[in-house]
Order: sequence, then structure tokens, then C-alpha cells
Amino acid sequence: MNFNINYFFSVFPQILPYLPVTLFIAIVSILFAIILGLAIALIRNNRIIIIDSCLALFISLFRGIPSVVLLFIIYYGLPQIFPIMKHMGATTAAIICFSLKYSAYLAEIFRAGLASVDHGQKEAGLTSGLSTIQVYRGIILPQAMINALPNTGNMFISLLKDSSVAFFVGVQELLAAGKMLTANSFLYFETYLAVGIVYWLTVVAYSWLQKQLERKLTKPYHR
Amino acid sequence: MINVSHLSKRFGNHEVLKEINLSIKQGEVVAIIGPSGSGKSTLLRCLNLLEKPNSGTIAIDQVILNSQHYNHKQETNLRKQSAMVFQHYNLFKNKTALENITYPLIVGQKMAKDKAKQYGLSLLERVGMLAYANQYPITLSGGQQQRVAIARALAVRPKVLLFDEPTSALDPERVHEVLQVMLKLAKENITMLIVTHEMEFAKYVADRIIFMSNGIIVEEGQAKSLIDNPQHELTQRFLRQLTDEVDFEI
Repeated sequence: MNFNINYFFSVFPQILPYLPVTLFIAIVSILFAIILGLAIALIRNNRIIIIDSCLALFISLFRGIPSVVLLFIIYYGLPQIFPIMKHMGATTAAIICFSLKYSAYLAEIFRAGLASVDHGQKEAGLTSGLSTIQVYRGIILPQAMINALPNTGNMFISLLKDSSVAFFVGVQELLAAGKMLTANSFLYFETYLAVGIVYWLTVVAYSWLQKQLERKLTKPYHR
Repeated sequence: MINVSHLSKRFGNHEVLKEINLSIKQGEVVAIIGPSGSGKSTLLRCLNLLEKPNSGTIAIDQVILNSQHYNHKQETNLRKQSAMVFQHYNLFKNKTALENITYPLIVGQKMAKDKAKQYGLSLLERVGMLAYANQYPITLSGGQQQRVAIARALAVRPKVLLFDEPTSALDPERVHEVLQVMLKLAKENITMLIVTHEMEFAKYVADRIIFMSNGIIVEEGQAKSLIDNPQHELTQRFLRQLTDEVDFEI
């Protein structure tokens, strides 16, 4: 077995500087996806038939197209149709791609979260003199978000890993950093194993953070 | 104080309320009794438009609403005249007992935080829940939650308090503490409309009892006389069933 252990360890300090790019894409995308997904879930909550079927199509579409294909459509395809998008950077394209795709998943998660809040909460709010918006902001959304938190976290983990797809349009992120190293070293196993471990440790760290957050937020719901 | 006229409500083809007429005076305590499905909860929920009536008018204090055409502002206005206590308490699960009371005041009525807190604490004291001010609903028993819910309803200074079977979900040994609080309010001259299955309580606390069946008011009268001496056959049968309930034949 020829595993170059010294090289393996030397990969980490060389790829870690690219971790912030991965995190940047993942975090910005999830924030946009949360805003968009929540908007879709709230609109769908009203069950206006025409809008509802449009949004259902949106969700179906973005859940059904592989990330790479969607990214190629956005980065290579759209500028051809809309020349104004010619100056769009690869990172921007990646963020648009992931925001759209993950908003589709999150919309469904948030819808389930909203549905899980007892209808009596809204009635109690309305009969206490609150407006519908005030009821949603202070009572329904906080409860729905807690219900949706574990699944939203899972989506973020998926997105974090999925962000490696940005490599295909030339974004200098974690996977791209590894790929560059192999061009000189030809030590594929060591390099990509190190890349994988960095992703894995990031996910582990994030999972720990989320657990702390969940513990803090669900305090009102434990005896 | 409250004037309901020709109020009707349908769920699909099922007529739940048929041309209900009802008036309640300031300070009066009125209990609504009747078999399940008779429309008593629906009547209560029409008064704050949790159910939208199909026809009729509702007037509480100065606010008059024609159920066939009203706008959002009128809806809000009418709703602000009353407050409701629910069968399943419906305390805001993400808020403490005190916040349950202060949130509608601070956000809905723009009351100053300090003032809302002081007022909220005084209300909790009134229902004997001061010691639990900072606890979340899940840590409270049903009776305790319902007492907080009553305090929350009182907080918005409603013209009338609507009780929708406030003790039906409680363990039998918890019913008393809630009825005790309601009795106290009745003595303070607060206008109350109570849908209940507690006949003894209704007889004792209400000024007037309304018996409903199949979406109409079958009989109404002074509390004691209606319970002890019902005139209508349906009322007699309903009350007899309640007292007979315990006589099983095995």
C-alpha cells in the first residue's frame, strides 16, 4: 500500500483557505432559500388555486432538476437568452442555483411546520385583539420554525455538500482546491480523502451547533 | 349590550344556527346549554367571527355588524369587543404565562412594556396564578392553564367574556378551581356568556340560561327556574338525561 501520509497531512493547510468560499456559498444560499421558501409556504397556506398550482410547479421543477444541470442552465444557458446576464460571476450563479433549488425543498418543510401549529393558537391570538400578521409573527411562525428546524438543518447540510457542484463552473472552492493539488501531485486518494474529511468535519461541527440551538429554542416545550 | 338578530350559519347543507335572536344586558351572566351539535359553540364563535355567519346582524356595545357585508375594519372592531376562553385553553405555547397576557397588550394595543407587565401580574394574582408567571404553558396543569387563559381574556378589557366549554377538557378535580375564578368574575359584574355542561354551576352562577337544540333557542329563562322547572319537552328530556346518566343497569 502506498499511502503518502506526509502528503496527506500537508493537504489540509492547503485546502482549508478555500473552506470560507464553500461556507459563503452555502450560508448565503440557505438564507435566500429560507426567505424564498417561507414566502412560498405562507402564500401556499392561503390556498389560492391558480397561484398555488404555479408554486407547486416551481417546487416540482427545482426539486426535479439535478444541481449540476440547473447550475449549467443558469451559468451557461441564461446569458445566451438574456445577454444582460453575461457578466454574472460563477459564484453568483451558484448562489442563485442553490437558493432556488433549496427554497423548493424548504417551502415544503415550512408548510408542514406551519400545519403542525394548532389552529387554536391563531384563534386565541385573533380573539385577543391581534391582527393576523401579529399572530403569525409572534405566535405561529416561532412555533412553526421550531418544528421545521431539524429538517431545515438537514437541508443546510445537503446544501453544504452540494456546493461542491460549483466547482463545475469554476468557483474556487474546497473541491476545486483539491483538484488543483492533484494536478501536481497525482496523489488522488490522499487529496480527495482530505477534502472529504474537511466536508465531514464541517458537517459535524454544524450538527453540534444546531443541537445547541435546538436545545435552547425548545426549552419552552419541555416540562 | 349584546344584540343578535336573525343570525344563521350553515356548514355546507347543514344549518347549524337558524335565525337566532338573542340579547344580553350589561353585567348579565348567561349560560347556554344543550346537547352536543345543537349550535351553542357555533353561536359563541359567530359573535367574534371565528365562524362567519351566513346572515343576520350582531351588535356588541356600539359596534353593529351586518354579517352579509362587512369590511376588515368592522370585523376587527367587533372582535375587539369580546374575548374568548377556549375549551382547550389555547395558551400561546411559545410564551410564558405572563407573556401570554402581555403580548396582546404590547403588540396589539401598543401598551408600554412596564405597564403591561404590572397589569399582567395583577391579573395573574386575580386568578391565583402569580407564582407561575414565568412558567411556560406545558409546565402547567389544565386548570392552571385555563386560569391564565381567563386572565389573558380579561386583559384586553372586553365588553363581554365568551366561555366555550371552559371546563370540558379538565380533569374532574381541576374543574372547581376554574369555576371558582368564573364565579368571582360573575360577582364583579362582568358580562359573561358561557357555553357549559356544568348544570349545577350554570344554575348557581348564571342570571339566565338558554337551552339550545338543533340550531334554535328552545327555551330561556331565569337560571334556577329553567333547571328546576323546564317548560319545553326537549329541555325536560335533556335535563333528565343528564341526571339519569349515573343510573346504569348492569
